Amino acid sequence: MTSTGLSAISSQAAANRLLLRRKRAERRFQLYGILAISAAVGFLIVFLASIVSRGYMGFVQTEVQLTVNFDAELIEAGSYRKILRTSLVELFPEAGSSRAERRALAGMVSAGTVFVLRETVEADPAIVGTVQDVWVLASDPVDQFYKGRIDAALPEGERPISDASLARIAGLEEAGRIALRFNRNFFSRGDSRNPEEAGILGAIVGSALALVVTLVVSFPIGVMTAVYLEAFAPRNRITRLIEININNLAAVPSIVFGLLGLAVFLNLFGLPRSAPVSGGLVLSLMTLPTIIISSRAAIRAVPPSFAEAAMGLGASRVQAIFHHVLPAAAPGTLTGAIIGMAQALGETAPLLMMGMVAFVVEVPGGFTDPSTVLPAQVYLWADSPERGFAEKTAAAIIVLLGFLLVMNGLAVYLRRKFEKQW
Amino acid sequence: MLTYLPLLIIVLFGVGAFYASRARIGAAPEQPLPGLPGHYGWYGTLWTVVPATLVYAAWAVIDGQIIRNIVLSDHPGLSGAEATLLFVSIENAAAGVMTEDVPMASVELLLKLENLSTTARFAVVTAVSVLGFFWAWQRIRPELTARDRVETALLVALFIASIIAILTTVGIVLSLVVETFRFFQLVSPFEFFFGLEWSPQIALREDQVAASGAFGAVPVFAGTLLITVIAMLVAGPIGLMSAIYLAEYAHPRVRAVIKPLLEILAGIPTVVYGFFAALVLAPSMRNLGVDLGLTISSESALAAGLIMGIMIIPFVSSLSDDIMTSVPMSLREGSYGLGATASETIKRVVLPAATPGIVGGFMLAISRAIGETMIVVMAAGLAANLTANPFEAVTTVTVQIATLLVGDHEFDSEKTMAAFALGLTLFFVTLALNVVALRVVQKYSERYD
Repeated sequence: MTSTGLSAISSQAAANRLLLRRKRAERRFQLYGILAISAAVGFLIVFLASIVSRGYMGFVQTEVQLTVNFDAELIEAGSYRKILRTSLVELFPEAGSSRAERRALAGMVSAGTVFVLRETVEADPAIVGTVQDVWVLASDPVDQFYKGRIDAALPEGERPISDASLARIAGLEEAGRIALRFNRNFFSRGDSRNPEEAGILGAIVGSALALVVTLVVSFPIGVMTAVYLEAFAPRNRITRLIEININNLAAVPSIVFGLLGLAVFLNLFGLPRSAPVSGGLVLSLMTLPTIIISSRAAIRAVPPSFAEAAMGLGASRVQAIFHHVLPAAAPGTLTGAIIGMAQALGETAPLLMMGMVAFVVEVPGGFTDPSTVLPAQVYLWADSPERGFAEKTAAAIIVLLGFLLVMNGLAVYLRRKFEKQW
Repeated sequence: MLTYLPLLIIVLFGVGAFYASRARIGAAPEQPLPGLPGHYGWYGTLWTVVPATLVYAAWAVIDGQIIRNIVLSDHPGLSGAEATLLFVSIENAAAGVMTEDVPMASVELLLKLENLSTTARFAVVTAVSVLGFFWAWQRIRPELTARDRVETALLVALFIASIIAILTTVGIVLSLVVETFRFFQLVSPFEFFFGLEWSPQIALREDQVAASGAFGAVPVFAGTLLITVIAMLVAGPIGLMSAIYLAEYAHPRVRAVIKPLLEILAGIPTVVYGFFAALVLAPSMRNLGVDLGLTISSESALAAGLIMGIMIIPFVSSLSDDIMTSVPMSLREGSYGLGATASETIKRVVLPAATPGIVGGFMLAISRAIGETMIVVMAAGLAANLTANPFEAVTTVTVQIATLLVGDHEFDSEKTMAAFALGLTLFFVTLALNVVALRVVQKYSERYD
């Protein structure tokens, strides 16, 4: 009697303990799930925050106001270097006239300032013989110091800027002759060896040209393939082979497409290296599976009654598909094309093989001009040792992510707007 | 300009042919036609455009070779390489770049032949276009089954478009296999697959003496494996647990926000991950290593692997999530009815039922990690260390392909051929992973009706 009572009590207690343990296991398991998601989302936030915090300064640039005497004689002689030197000496009268001092002065402003002065004169010859206040780009160390990226507390030997330069910057600040201004060059120039002058326009234009080639090649071919496979292909071995091929191509590593492009487009067909036309062709082979797969899904989603009604009224199968089914599937195919283009825009590895990762100063003007693309520009700048390029890299990434956001947003919008339940 | 003129002519003639052909049938007596007037228009256009375009393309492919043969026939007794060299210098001279010792007679001959070819092409293409149009014009009668014919042509075009997928695969395999075959004539496959030393750059400088020892790809494969393992150690647990939480616990509204957020991870360009790994993560890891007394190389397998793991989380989680949501509620309810808690149901009922899909997702993620290039190019390094220490720099297959082929090279050195051999290996490994993954998902998935 007592023993059964005791065992009942103890088994009751054991069951309670077991239940408690199981409930704890349950909570633990849920916690793991939350932790996993927080890790992934947390990384995304840290990642974006670190890029934005590194990159936003790339959109502004330190500029210095010089008082330039556009001396007619010197301009006639073409010695803009002398004009610049005169105005620098005027700005920092305390500097000596030794070679080293002069070089230090010239090091305050960008190495391209001489050319900027010449361009200013060429753009407006009326200023010859006058004295003008001109804002010019500061050199990279000055720029980085002014943006607070260089610690002035470090000993002089360990930072890329001298004590004398720091004193000069302080002087400029007092006179209001140094300021952060919007970095127009970033959006209006090609690459440069000087970080303060480097821009991404060349890369953006290169990307745009390559994407035009990609779209023109892969969109028609992709949609045609999708139409064929969904509407006309007989169920036979060749059709199955095509389908398997498309699925496998979607999973081939992108660098292998680069090898194909190198061997076939460049070496066999002799297309130009580093040109948007060759890069775009490789990208179109890569985006083809994406476009085909999404177009097929879009065509499949159109109810068969569309084609049947058309055929019942005497249309041929071709007419039924091209006049009725394909227009109904257009938003889906378009969405697929945009997503494919977004993928192509972010792709770097195959273009590495096609020579599109290159130092290109000129903004490309055509499909066969040497050019680089936006992600390749990111890669190039990330490898550059100058401090200024770190923020330029992050700024270029922000621009790249911005483009991707717009394209994917457009795809989502199209899908929402035209998504129909038939 | 004369080069592209034929194309312009073809387009203009094609447009003209459409209206002319349509007008011709429109002038025919009223009777039911086997096609709309537009079909007759297209019929005319096709005959005007297609043969002429084919002739234009064929001409572009073969005329260079023919001109080259004629020009070089003046210089008999040259070896293949000498002939190429001579022809290139003749071409340069013709383009206005002065080089020494160029036979001026050949340069003039080349220019003359090129002019002749361009003019002749223009004439022939125009003639073919006109002939095609008249061929169609004659046949355009009310009896002509224009709709059928135009639609057949369209179907042929559709078929050709879909063949391009096969051609791409064939192109990939052929270009890889040809170069790899040439590579294996110089370096034995045994050395390549089992050799322990990889230093292709040195082999080039020592004039191929050390070639047999320098193309052992085992360190490269090992580096790829190490980084992939690190990546999967990150992506496996995080991806799987996220998928479980999203599929089984999360409120639909939470799920609607979190799922796209996770998928953003797969949409970020890999070069951006590379930047983060190389310029943000690696330096802070090195500093951390200094604090902890560890030596972490600035290009470490760990940094590359961690970031790559983050990148492939969505590949694991998406497929696992889909498969788990497709496990029917009745299975879970049966388990709850027997007194199981939610986590016990997941571990003993849902996960076993979803195993094929999860395995498939893992394999796809591994294949993605092996083929990923930019992250490792920027963060993993070039040194082919045979090591299992994640703090050291290792190199991968994709890094080697990229570094061996970037820049201007003669594309017939062992170095470049080795890159193609690595590419072929990569292609087959990823292909096998994908095919097996697909088979696993299809064959072993539970069917619920």
